[in-house]
Amino acid sequence: MKPLLQPLFLAALLAAGSANVLHAQSLPDVALKDIEGNTVQTSTLVQEEGPTVFCFWATWCSPCKRELNNYAELYEDWVDETGVRIVAVSIDDQRSVNRVAPYVNSVGWEYDILLDPNRDFARALGVQNVPHTFVVNAEGVVVWSHNNYADGDEHELHEELLKLAE
Amino acid sequence: MSLWASNRRVAGRPARAWVFAVAGAIAWGVAGGHTAFGQTDTPVPSITGNVSILWQSYAEHTLIGAQVPPSKTGYNAFANLLYNQGNFSAGVRYESYLNAVLGFPGRFKGSGIGYRFARYQDRDRGVDVTVGNFYDQFGSGLVLRAYEERNLGIDNALDGFRLVLTPLQGAEVKFLYGKQRFDFQDGLVNGPGVIRAVNGELDLNQLVAGWADRPLKLTLGGSFVSKFQPGSSFNVDSLVLGMPQNVGAWSYRLNVLRKGWIGQVEYAGKINDPSADNGFTYRNGEAALATLGYSQKGLGVLVTAKMVDNMSFRSDRDLRLFDLPVNYIPAVTQQHTYNLAATLYPYATVITGETSASAEVFYTLPKGSKLGGKYGTKLSASFAAANSLDTTRYASSDVNSVIYGYERTSWGPGSELFVRDFNFTASRKFTKEFKAKYAFFHFEFNTLTTPVTTDYKGIVDANIHVLETQWKVTPKQSLRTELQGLWVGEDKDHPGELQDKGHWATVVAEYTWSPHWFASVIDQYNFGNNDPAKRIHYLYGSAGYIQGPHRLSVGYGKRREGIFCVGGVCRAVPASNGFEVAFTSSF
Repeated sequence: MKPLLQPLFLAALLAAGSANVLHAQSLPDVALKDIEGNTVQTSTLVQEEGPTVFCFWATWCSPCKRELNNYAELYEDWVDETGVRIVAVSIDDQRSVNRVAPYVNSVGWEYDILLDPNRDFARALGVQNVPHTFVVNAEGVVVWSHNNYADGDEHELHEELLKLAE
Repeated sequence: MSLWASNRRVAGRPARAWVFAVAGAIAWGVAGGHTAFGQTDTPVPSITGNVSILWQSYAEHTLIGAQVPPSKTGYNAFANLLYNQGNFSAGVRYESYLNAVLGFPGRFKGSGIGYRFARYQDRDRGVDVTVGNFYDQFGSGLVLRAYEERNLGIDNALDGFRLVLTPLQGAEVKFLYGKQRFDFQDGLVNGPGVIRAVNGELDLNQLVAGWADRPLKLTLGGSFVSKFQPGSSFNVDSLVLGMPQNVGAWSYRLNVLRKGWIGQVEYAGKINDPSADNGFTYRNGEAALATLGYSQKGLGVLVTAKMVDNMSFRSDRDLRLFDLPVNYIPAVTQQHTYNLAATLYPYATVITGETSASAEVFYTLPKGSKLGGKYGTKLSASFAAANSLDTTRYASSDVNSVIYGYERTSWGPGSELFVRDFNFTASRKFTKEFKAKYAFFHFEFNTLTTPVTTDYKGIVDANIHVLETQWKVTPKQSLRTELQGLWVGEDKDHPGELQDKGHWATVVAEYTWSPHWFASVIDQYNFGNNDPAKRIHYLYGSAGYIQGPHRLSVGYGKRREGIFCVGGVCRAVPASNGFEVAFTSSF
């Protein structure tokens, strides 16, 4: 990029950043397949009442599976308390995308499962690495997100869900 | 759209008009946003994105072969900015390689824009147009897949036009034209070939009246992809062979789903495409794959079979490995995650030809059962195998040996073993605080056809045992450890010596303090190397801080020469020794 253009470009971005209307990150609406073969618009999964959680994961990602297996043990309680819905979005590509349904069913996850093999949804949300977890409020706005997973992170997520359920 | 039309590129370099276009679009969005106050039907604009910075310093270590590049440090950074307003979106990625970290293509140089696009989607009317860069995949990618694996420097994004039309609910047609990303020199540099493609997909459950709620889900698809690259005829002995400048490839596929069952078949073909990969021969290409899966609560089974014959398809016929692939043929083996299983002998499809099959079972012993224990026990086992094709070479006196090389005799496997991969895992939560997992792997790996090592030519037999434990020290603090050992067989050509680099052990300890802190140590020890001087510890420590979507980590130590994999792709990384600082953020 030529020296003159770079500041111009950055100035445009700064101008954009300073406008109030631009701050909220709303959930991108992308058409993906679920593991039953249905086409789902991501926006239709956002609950009108109660929080919605989107967890990006892959069958080859150990921390992702730890995260979702840990949430699975708490999911029923969380649903009762906060009305949350968890959507697990797999970024497995063609090498492993067919492993998603057998794996998910074998471990008995009760989440909505979406397949994002081309990473359209992940890219639209700025996901670089998995696991990456987003909490979306009833207006479809991302209110919390967390990259990586360590045991115990579910406490922080739980607190966020309780705040939204109030 | 006149702004975009001015983007005529010269010699594959991005035109500056892009910068104006995106900045203008954003400025327009801001202005639009201000004037839109009070008008509830104007969509709210938003900007999102991410940043990644990776810095490494290098110190010499002759024993492990770690060298210091002239720049002494490596620095890779990128930031994506995505602008969204209603049906309109646009984005850019600014990238820096000053200089590229070791293991990345060394030819990536400088800073600039490596990706930019604008997109308009009118979902109600079934129109979706993208100009600039985009990633896409037809079916399972046998004839077209443009994708990125940023952590490995792999990116074959298309740069051109894409039009997606949905004339009827459940019927989609995609047209695209473009060149592919090849290099980075202060900005995007595309390869020489032009890709033209069309893909159609029919979702019969949406398309056929009354099928929407049927349990049987049927999807049909078909693609045609053509590449154009100028070329001139060449001589082999006394033959003058013309170079096909236009090469077409096609695929058909059928997906079936029904109550826990998945079935998938795809067939792909390609006309003659002389290339560096196939030794400039004129055989047509062919690939077929089939998948069958079944799952219910507690059980999952998946079986696949695949045949790939001469399906290397690139937008530059002279390139190899990771450069300018148009299609993608995934490996039959799983992407393993444990250090020794993942990085020493990772298999990659032999795209010139292989026959392969795999089977995998997942099973959960139920909670509270005698064998399952209080929390249940998860089991999995898988087996994957790949061999050469069943072929006959033409006699060297036959002119066909120069033109076609070989003839395939059947769809079945040939006699040469490429890989065998058997593995088994069992994981169990014993108490609220303690979990453990055991994994076993057996590999037979042909290092001649998948050259992951220069130390051994032949079939490596390796057995790997892994024990992973996790102990929850407090509700927010946890210690995870891995003990791994890899034992190889004897080198038959050198009795008394071990195959390749011999035996390995890896120890990993990771302490996390949710939600912010983590620290980890990994030691890879080549205790069984035939050369006692090379029985080295590769010790690497790192620590970091996470704040929501932001992550900073600092590491120091030795990184082994080996194969670094992310997702389904792997790249060879040289040995190095030194510091690493990494920052990632999304917003």
